[in-house]
Amino acid sequence: MTAPFVILAVVTIGGAVAAMTLRKLVHCALALAVCFVGLAGLYLDLNAQFVGLVQVLVYVGAVVILIVFAILLTRHDELPAQTNRTRVAGLGVSAVVFALLAWAVTAGGAQMGAAVAAPEAAMKDIGGALMQKYVLPLEVVGLLLTAALIGAVVIAMEEKKKAR
Amino acid sequence: MTQGLDQIFVTFQHWAVAHSPAAVQPAVSIVLPVAGILILFPSLFAITTVLERKGLARIQNRYGPNRVGPYGWLQPVADAVKSLTKEDIVPRTADKLVHFLAPVLLVTVVFLEYAVIPVGRNMVLADMNSGVLFFFAAGAATEMSVFMAGWSSRNKYSLLGAMRAVAQMISYEAPLILSSIAVVMAAGSLSTVTIVEKQAGYSGFWPHWYVLTPWGLAGFVLFAIAMTAESNRSPFDLPEGESEIIAGYFTEYSGFKFALFFLGEYLEMFAVSGMAVTLFLGGWAAPFSFLTWIPSWIWFLGKVMTLIAVFIWVRGTLPRLRMDQLMNFAWKFMLPMTLMVIFSAGLWKFLPSGVLRWLICAAPIALLYVVLGRVLQSERRIEKRVYRYAE
Amino acid sequence: MLGEGIVKGLAETARNFFGSYVEKDRLTTVQFPEERLPQAEAARVFPFLVYDTDDMEKGLRCVACKICEVECPPRCITIEKSTEKKPDFTGKPQFYPEKFEIDVSVCMSCQICVEVCPFEAIKMDTAFELSTDDRFGGLRWEKERLAKPNEYYRQIHPMEAAEVDEQLAEKKAKAEEKHAPAAATAEGAATR
Repeated sequence: MTAPFVILAVVTIGGAVAAMTLRKLVHCALALAVCFVGLAGLYLDLNAQFVGLVQVLVYVGAVVILIVFAILLTRHDELPAQTNRTRVAGLGVSAVVFALLAWAVTAGGAQMGAAVAAPEAAMKDIGGALMQKYVLPLEVVGLLLTAALIGAVVIAMEEKKKAR
Repeated sequence: MTQGLDQIFVTFQHWAVAHSPAAVQPAVSIVLPVAGILILFPSLFAITTVLERKGLARIQNRYGPNRVGPYGWLQPVADAVKSLTKEDIVPRTADKLVHFLAPVLLVTVVFLEYAVIPVGRNMVLADMNSGVLFFFAAGAATEMSVFMAGWSSRNKYSLLGAMRAVAQMISYEAPLILSSIAVVMAAGSLSTVTIVEKQAGYSGFWPHWYVLTPWGLAGFVLFAIAMTAESNRSPFDLPEGESEIIAGYFTEYSGFKFALFFLGEYLEMFAVSGMAVTLFLGGWAAPFSFLTWIPSWIWFLGKVMTLIAVFIWVRGTLPRLRMDQLMNFAWKFMLPMTLMVIFSAGLWKFLPSGVLRWLICAAPIALLYVVLGRVLQSERRIEKRVYRYAE
Repeated sequence: MLGEGIVKGLAETARNFFGSYVEKDRLTTVQFPEERLPQAEAARVFPFLVYDTDDMEKGLRCVACKICEVECPPRCITIEKSTEKKPDFTGKPQFYPEKFEIDVSVCMSCQICVEVCPFEAIKMDTAFELSTDDRFGGLRWEKERLAKPNEYYRQIHPMEAAEVDEQLAEKKAKAEEKHAPAAATAEGAATR
């Protein structure tokens, strides 16, 4: 429970809560960006430099911008009001997810203490692992992303052709 | 003697730390380099504004500012006084918090980028293992500030300018990062200090800079172009083009906030130039082995200022690119070229050194350049205009 | 070849940059308050009244015929004729303007007053640094401000002034001829 951890945790949770409760949708997206930055800080606190920096690069630099573009292009500034039914459903779903996560975290708790002396994952090791042990998942993910990119281009091109 | 001059700032820092009470020693050892950065780069910014105006003016057959000091060199002082005393106008329906935070965020993130640039031998603020990655992660956060500025102004044209600016910055981030990957591959590390040290050797009197290899030259040119686009600088300044959309995403900013945006953009330009110098031009290393007696930080600053001069030169020469031309250039030309640069850098590592290696590595890049040039220019056919009538 | 135009452009601007320190015609700026560009012969800003000799009262060519006041399109000229006459450059007694006022903020520099004046009395000036902070009378100029000597006219429009001087000299010569035979006949009549 060191001071950096507390500050980062407050920033992360505060950003997430703000993202849920703010009125304007774009403010929510910006609060989400703050939450992601807090998460990146937590990764860096755990000495996982690569993950932390890539979190900033990918999430803050691309995902949040994607969300913001989506909001702007569909121009929904006001959120629809919540009814009682949706509130109950939301509580139910969040309770189930919380129970699942709590079970997952506490069930592996016995092994947590022993892994204190984990070696520092240097960049070279991550790169080596990606290229040797995990090369198949890497290539599959690459293929998936390429397919998504080509799909987006094809959809956009279809619309242009229809407009003609 | 030259060793002393070279390390003069480091020895000053050690002296200051030794002579301060034990409780504040860590703080002093961090605050001093930070203060150094905070003093050096904004002063460089001030000098660059005059240099740019006078340089552009001379290119355009006129004098630049020449009234304020001797030959106009005190113009930044006048500009600073003006921007501090101007009324700070915020539109009535603007989002006040976001409007205020956007320039603050930009300047903060850009100053963060300076932490990993080695200004001289042993003179880097944070010797991180993944310095290059940190640099680009901070660069990604500047796009958020541009978007915040455009959106909070409640001005359709600002928003349009902001969206175009963000699209441009994201598109050019890909070639920027990919061309630096070639350097990381050759140096074997993401740490900026290691990259510069790998380039600080000499074979004969010829330096080991990466720009003197075929993939390094192509990578440097691509990095420089992507860098101009990332800082929204001419010829890629459509989002903030004065004749197009007034000032684009910072139309509604006046006074000090505008000055902060300006400061943030120029500082980002210096930071990315510093990174280009670090990655390709050998950082603080001297160009020839008989010139190593000149202190390292002077070499670094000289190289950065040369790059800035080249940017000013390019700004005065080229017309602005249209948005679709810009995007075509990034995705259709620069991205394939950077992939070929990475491939060529890989070849370089595995071939024995010599003239043959040079030719083999230069060939794919040159070939792709010519092919892409022909293909992309033939796409611009002039078609007969087709009219579509309303039904 | 892709990129060739960019390189040529960069070379051209570099030549301009370094040339601007060396060649004069690559830096054509005139530092305004200290230096000024010479004005063309036909430059015109606002009208002024010409007077011959050194005396404004006696040498003023204007005879208050009021043609310019009538012809002026925005009607910026106001003239009050005098009640007595004084001799002009040919010796003939003429009226003169008691009050001659031009409202320069209304004047549109059309030069019609110059074109219609039969006495070459009003011409176009070239002075353009005329700003004043007197909102209520600073741009309504009286005869004293408008009258400038012929030497000044020769300075600003040398060719025009030479022509005008020729014409006026001719007229004066003709007038003197007319008077000379009249004096001869008067003398002749007196001697008889």
